[in-house]
Amino acid sequence: MKHADDKGSGLSGSDTADYVTMSIGGQLFGVPVLQVHDVFSPSKLAHVPMAPPEVAGVLNLRGRIVRAIDMRQRLGYEPREPGSQVMVVVIEYQGEPYSLLVDSVGEVLSLAGSAFERNPSNLDSNLRDLSEGIFRLDNKLLVVIALERVI
Amino acid sequence: MDDLLSEFLTETNESLDVVDVELVRFEKKPTDKAVLDNIFRLVHTVKGTCGFLGLPRLESVAHASENVLGKFRDGELQVSTQAVSLILKSIDAIKSILAELEANEAEPEGNDKELIDQLNEIASGKIVEAAPPVKQPEPVKSETILAATEKKTAPKEAASDTFADGERKIEPVLGRALLPGKVSMEDLEAAFNAAPAPEAGAPPVSESVRDDAVAEAEDHSIEEEPIRSAGKEANQSPDQDAAVKNPGSSIANQSVRVTVDLLEHLMTMVSELVLTRNQLMQIVRDQEDSEFKGPLQRLNLVTTELQEGVMETRMQPIGNAWQKLPRIVRDLSHELGKKIELKTLGADTELDRQVLEMIKDPLTHMIRNSADHGLEQPKKRLAAGKPELGTIKLNAYHEGGHVIIQISDDGAGLNIERIKQKAISSGVATEAELEEMTDQEIGNFIFKAGFSTAEKITSVSGRGVGMDVVRSNIEKIGGTADVRSTAGKGSVFTVKIPLTLAIVLALVVESYGERFAIPQISVIELVRASDTSEHKIEQLKSSPVLRLRDQLLPLVYLSDVLRMKRKNPAGVSEEASGSDTPQTNAGKDDFVVVTQVGEFRFGIVVERVFDTEEIVVKPVAPILRNISVFSGNTILGDGSVIMILDPNGIANMYGNNAADPDEAAAEAVTVSETDKKVSLLVFKAGDDTPKAAPLSLIARLEELDSKCVETSNGRDMIQYRGQLMPLVRMSDSHTLKTEGQQQMLVFADETRTMGLAVDSIIDIVEDVLKIEITSEVTGVMGTAVIAGHATDVIDVSRYLVVAFPDWFEESRKTRIKTPRNVLLIDDSPFFRNMLGPVLGAAGYKVTTAENADQALTLREDGVLFDVIISDIEMPGMNGFELASLIKADVRWQDTPIVAISSHGTPDDFERGRQVGFSDYVIKMDRGALLRSLTETLAVKGAAI
Repeated sequence: MKHADDKGSGLSGSDTADYVTMSIGGQLFGVPVLQVHDVFSPSKLAHVPMAPPEVAGVLNLRGRIVRAIDMRQRLGYEPREPGSQVMVVVIEYQGEPYSLLVDSVGEVLSLAGSAFERNPSNLDSNLRDLSEGIFRLDNKLLVVIALERVI
Repeated sequence: MDDLLSEFLTETNESLDVVDVELVRFEKKPTDKAVLDNIFRLVHTVKGTCGFLGLPRLESVAHASENVLGKFRDGELQVSTQAVSLILKSIDAIKSILAELEANEAEPEGNDKELIDQLNEIASGKIVEAAPPVKQPEPVKSETILAATEKKTAPKEAASDTFADGERKIEPVLGRALLPGKVSMEDLEAAFNAAPAPEAGAPPVSESVRDDAVAEAEDHSIEEEPIRSAGKEANQSPDQDAAVKNPGSSIANQSVRVTVDLLEHLMTMVSELVLTRNQLMQIVRDQEDSEFKGPLQRLNLVTTELQEGVMETRMQPIGNAWQKLPRIVRDLSHELGKKIELKTLGADTELDRQVLEMIKDPLTHMIRNSADHGLEQPKKRLAAGKPELGTIKLNAYHEGGHVIIQISDDGAGLNIERIKQKAISSGVATEAELEEMTDQEIGNFIFKAGFSTAEKITSVSGRGVGMDVVRSNIEKIGGTADVRSTAGKGSVFTVKIPLTLAIVLALVVESYGERFAIPQISVIELVRASDTSEHKIEQLKSSPVLRLRDQLLPLVYLSDVLRMKRKNPAGVSEEASGSDTPQTNAGKDDFVVVTQVGEFRFGIVVERVFDTEEIVVKPVAPILRNISVFSGNTILGDGSVIMILDPNGIANMYGNNAADPDEAAAEAVTVSETDKKVSLLVFKAGDDTPKAAPLSLIARLEELDSKCVETSNGRDMIQYRGQLMPLVRMSDSHTLKTEGQQQMLVFADETRTMGLAVDSIIDIVEDVLKIEITSEVTGVMGTAVIAGHATDVIDVSRYLVVAFPDWFEESRKTRIKTPRNVLLIDDSPFFRNMLGPVLGAAGYKVTTAENADQALTLREDGVLFDVIISDIEMPGMNGFELASLIKADVRWQDTPIVAISSHGTPDDFERGRQVGFSDYVIKMDRGALLRSLTETLAVKGAAI
C-alpha cells in the first residue's frame, strides 16, 4: 500500500502533485496518489458472466468485493496476452472502492503543475474521454486518468 | 438537538402512528372502549409532554382533540365520521408541527385556530353544558394542582377498569415498571397543569427550569425523571395492548434504542467473522487430528449464534411498514367515494429493517393505485355483480430467500386495450410488437415512466409518475415488481424483495471452471446425469430435458444461461478451481440441480457440485445489478469471490411461464396418488440391466482396492473391519475387477456381513417397488419399473444364502392366486424389508409391524389377516407371549401364526406349537416360509 504524503493532488499552479504511475498498453498513466488505496498483484479474479466487457470480474479486497475494470478494454487497447502480468490499482471514488487492472505499476512521481497540459486536440477519442490532461515528462508523456469517467 | 426533545420526537411520532391505526379501528367499531381509551391515553401523553417541553402550539391542538376524545369516552358525544376525520386532521397537524420541530428545533409560526375551533365546536356542538373547558385550556391551569390531579386521574382509573381484562394479562410484565410510573403520573399531571405554558407569552416549563436556582434543581431532577419514565410507560402500554391482541407484531417492552449505523457495523463485522471462520474451517478440514478442532468447533457454534442474533436485531415484521395503510385506505375511501376494505396477511413476516424502510413508500403508492385505479365505483361494482365493498388484500410471505408482497384487489383488472393504445401513442412499443405480447407482458407496461391510463387525474393517482417510481425504488434494493391481471376479477401486484445482507446456505457449483453459489433454499435435489446412467439428458429438438420420476424436467445449462465461453480477458488466472478440474465435457457427466421457483420446477445443469456453505450475501456493484441471474456475490472460505445465482432470474430468462397453477395442482395430485415409495439403490453388476435393491437393506457402500480380494475355500473374501467378509458375485459369469477399485454393497445382519460386488452404483431413487414379472433366475426377485426403466430387483436373501451356506437355498416358488393378507411382525428392519418384497412377489399383501404392540394396535383397529408371521426374539413382548395373547382373544383366534426365528432348537419348536403357532420356520429359508404359508392357508381353508 502506498501512502500519500500530505501534498495535495491538485493540477493547477506551480505546486507539485504526486501521482502513482502505471503502464497500460505501453502508455504511461497517472492517478493522484491520494486516490490510490492499494496496489497489489491479484491472485484470484472471479469472472462475472454477462457483465459489460470492461468489467473484468470481481475480487476480494480484504473482505470487500471490488469490481475490477480492465483498463485495456476501457481504453480500447488490445487485450492482454493470456498469462501476462497484471496489477490491480484500488481507488476509492465516493466512498466505494474500485479496482483498475493495469499492466504494471511504477513509481510515485512528484510532478510540477507547470508541466501539465490539456488534452491535445487530436487525441484518440477513447483516450480523450478518460483523460484529465497530459504531463510532459522528460522522455515521455503521462496521461492523468479521469477516474470519475472511468467508473 | 436536545436529547429530551429528540426522544420526545421519536416517541411522539410512534404514538401518533398508533393513534392513526387505532382511530380507523375505532371508527369502524365505536363501541370498543379499549381502543378509545388507548387513543385517549396516547393523545393525552402527547399533550402532556408538549406542555412539559414548552410547545404551546402542539399542546393546544392536542388538547382540543383530547377534549373531543374525552367526550367520546364519556359517552357525551356520538362517534361520527366527521368527528373522526377532524381528529385525524388534528393528528396530521401535530405531525406537521413535529416535522418542523425536528428540522428547526422550534415550533413553526402560525396557529391552528381554525382546526381548534372546529374541534371545540364538535366538542360543544351537541352538549350544551360541556361548555367551560373547550375554548382555552386556562381553566385547567387556574385550578389547583391537587384538583387537577384528581380530575385527571379519576377518569384514568375508570378507564383502566373498563378494559381491566385486557390489561390484566400484561400486568405481570408491567408490574415493576408500572408502580413508579403510576405514582409519578400524578406528579406529571400536576406539573403539566400547573405549567403556565398555554398562556401566550408565559415562559414554558423548560425555561423556568433553567431559570430556577440551584436550590430548586434537586426538586426538578426528581420530578423530571418520573415524568420521563411516565411518558415511556404510557407510550409502551399501547404497544403491549397490541402485543396482547397480535402477538409477535410488536416490539418487546424492554427495548433499547440503537442507531442503525451501529447495527450495520455490527453486521459487517459479523460477516467478516463468518468468513474468517469459514476460512479456518477449510484449513483445519484438511488436517488430521488438529488440536484446533475442538476450539474451532466452539468458535463455529458461537459465531453461528452471534450471527443469528445480529441478523435478528435487523429483522422487523413487515407489519411495521403497514401501520399507516389502514389510515390511508380509510382516507382514500372517503375521498374517492368507494367502500374499501383492507385485508392484511402475514404482517409478522420479517425482513431486514433497511429493506423495510425502502419499501414503505412503494407499498403505499401501490395501495393508493389499487384503491384508485383498481377498484371500481360502488355502482359499477354492483352492476358487475360484485359486492359494493371492494377489497384490497396485502399478503406477505417468505419464498426462496425472498420476501414476496402481494397487493391484490378485486377490481376491474387492468385495461389491456387502453394500455396498448397508450403504449403505441407513447412509442414504447409498436402494434406489431404488442400483437406478440401476452397480456401479462402488456400489463407490465404500467411500470414504465409516464404511463398512466387513468382517464382523469385525481389527487390520488393518475399523474403517471407512480408505478415507474415504485418499480425503480424496488429495483434499487434488488427486488422486482410484477403485475398480473384478470379482466373483471382484479389485479395482483407482486413485489419480490431479496433478503440482502443476509447470510444464507448455498450450494456451490461449477460450470466451465467457474464457481457459483445457488441458494440452498431453492434447491430441491441434485441428480447426477450421464449418458450411461438411467438419468440421461435427452433433447427435445434443442431443449434439454430430464426424465425424473416419470416427469419431464426442463433443463437449462448454466453455461448457456451465462453465455460462457472459454475466455481469459485479463490474463489473470481465473478461478483456482478451474486449474485442477479436467473439463468433464467428454464424459457428459453432469449434475442437475433441481430448482423450484414458485410452482415452476426446472433443472440447472452444472458440471461439478461442491459443498454447501454459509455465505454472506453481498450486493453486487450497481453496474452488474441489471444482470438478473445474479442476486449477489460472496466470498468463500478460501477467499475467492463467487457470484450468487438467482434461480428466479434464470427462470424468468427462459421465459417459461413460471407458474402454471393448473399444472402444479395436477402434479400435486399425481404425487399424492402414488403408493408408498421405497428408496432403492440402483446399480449395475454383471450385465447392462440396471439392478435395484431396497436401500434400507444395505448397510454401507464400500469401495476397496480389488487387490484386497482374497480367495479362500473357493470363495472370495475380504478383510473388512477386522473380520472376514464373504464377497458375493451377481452370478457365476460375473467377474470381479482385477485392477482398481471394486465397489460393493455391504449387507449386514447383527452378526454377519456380506459384500455384493457390483460394477457401478448408478443412483438412489425413490419409487414404488412393484414387481411386475417374477423371475426364475436365481438371485433376481423379479422385474420392476424403477424410474422408468425395467430393473431387476435382486433377491438379497439369495445372496445371503450364497455367502453363508447355512442359509438354505430355496427350491421353488409358490405363487398364490388370490392375494392374502399377511401381517409380518419383526423388530429388525432388515428382515422386514427383505421378507416384505419376498412375500409381495409371491402374491401376498404384506402389512408390517415392528413389535407386538403395533400388531395388537392393528387388532384393536379391527384389521383382519389371513395369516400372521411373527418373529420370536423381539424387544418387549416376544413372539411366544404375543401368540398366547392372540390365541386368547376371539378376534384373531382363528388366524394361523407362523413363527420365524434365526435359530431353532427342537424345544423352541415344541414351545411354539404349545402357544399356538401353526408352524415354525427358520428366518433365512425363503422357500420354507413360502411353503409353510401355502400349507398353513390350505389347512385353514379346509377347516373353514
